[in-house]
Amino acid sequence: MSGPSAGPPQAGPHPLGGSAGVPAGRGADIPKLAHGFRFQWEEAQQAHVLLYPEGMVKLNQSAGEILKRVDGQTPVDEIVASLEAAFHAQGLGPDVEAFLNMAEDKGWITS
Amino acid sequence: MSGPSAGPPQAGPHPLGGSTGVPAGRGADIPGPPLWLLAELTYRCPLHCVFCYNPTDFARHEQELSTAEWVDVLRQGRALGAVQCGFSGGEPLLRDDLEELVAEAHRLGYYTNLLTSGVGLTPARAEAFRRAGLDHIQLSFQDSTRELNDFLSHTKTFALKQRVGDMLRDQGWPMVMNVVIHRLNIDHIGRIIEMAHELGAEYLELANTQYYSWAEVNRPHLIPTTEQLQRAEAITNTWREKLAGQMRLFFVAPDYHEGRPKKCMNGWGNVFLTITPDGAALPCHTARMLPGLAFPTVREMDLKTIWYDSDGFNRFRGTGWMQEPCVSCDEKEKDLGGCRCQAYMLAGDATAADPVCSKAPAHGVVRAAVEAADRGDAPAQPIVFRDRASSLRLSCGRGG
Repeated sequence: MSGPSAGPPQAGPHPLGGSAGVPAGRGADIPKLAHGFRFQWEEAQQAHVLLYPEGMVKLNQSAGEILKRVDGQTPVDEIVASLEAAFHAQGLGPDVEAFLNMAEDKGWITS
Repeated sequence: MSGPSAGPPQAGPHPLGGSTGVPAGRGADIPGPPLWLLAELTYRCPLHCVFCYNPTDFARHEQELSTAEWVDVLRQGRALGAVQCGFSGGEPLLRDDLEELVAEAHRLGYYTNLLTSGVGLTPARAEAFRRAGLDHIQLSFQDSTRELNDFLSHTKTFALKQRVGDMLRDQGWPMVMNVVIHRLNIDHIGRIIEMAHELGAEYLELANTQYYSWAEVNRPHLIPTTEQLQRAEAITNTWREKLAGQMRLFFVAPDYHEGRPKKCMNGWGNVFLTITPDGAALPCHTARMLPGLAFPTVREMDLKTIWYDSDGFNRFRGTGWMQEPCVSCDEKEKDLGGCRCQAYMLAGDATAADPVCSKAPAHGVVRAAVEAADRGDAPAQPIVFRDRASSLRLSCGRGG
């Protein structure tokens, strides 16, 4: 069917914050799902999905793991720490923030 | 309901399968699950819209499924992997078990959508839907003016629908507004956009009429001129920039004028499963018109068998059914040959290329309709309102 993509057409990274081109940190931000959005595991698709009016985004594993931790109460710093602990990894901050920026641009989350 | 529901024929606003997701449906040998379940609960409707997509023979399909039968459909659909559930019609509010069905769908884990004209939606009922777990309401309007809204729907409902819109905004519902666009209202498009914004819609679908069912009967009255369309699209683009971040606007492409077919239903039997009021399971709202295809009802067969194994759902999956020029077309995977119902209606052959395609042998039929509109030819027949008597007259001799 014809239709727009899930996100706004102008989706892109947020403007860079620092003068040296370093993205503004959002570690203290508390992201939450946008009004009308729902996140759940779909057995038939073996994936997490994001549901919204008349649409769905099927998420890859890392997007699912991040959004699983977006509950409107947990700051970004803690989300990153939780992911690093769960996956025995370090330095996930920039990737997580890049994803959250994209998700915010697409209207999936607010902070 | 009076307007289009989610999904073509009048294309819906958000196709399943998002930009970061894997495209919905695998397109390979084994079809994916029916992600979208549309429950057309009833063909009864207080409105009589001249572009209604319900079949013109709806009056011959009045044996509605019971509450228990619908609950069973919802359970089977969810078990197959459906995630979006739309409650549509007719006017679904005319089913007094709607709250119960919404609650069951919510309990099963569907994202629940109500597609309504708003007629019959009281504040108390809206609250009951909230308690039942309804996620979202799509409200249809016919026009920004009382005169034309009331003419097109053959009712006095404009003021009522505005009150419903205000009430939904005040109750904080996520709201999509849908307006079917055609020659009679297309010049009001700027005012229609303003009205949707005032009513607090998050998303406005400006659905250019697609000519199926009642809209096909009334096509000479509804098809806009090329100039009208160009003007409307330009106005829409201006408003889209002006309202960026406040309301999203979607202008459903009018395939008659574009010369390119749409990937109808995102592929036949790919993601959409429609259940008609009398229980027929269809790959789209209008597929029952196609001759030689058997579509089982949920009274005869379980949904899983219907979706994966029935002839009706398998016939036009993929590209194996195609003939020239589709077979050797480099766009065949992109549009899958367009719409099978349109091919049948306009070329008399459901396996033909969709005649809206400029490469289709029967494209002249579509060009002639557009050219007649551009010349301003007067329609030969009076406009026909969607009602039971007209339905019986139009389907006379077809049985049913």
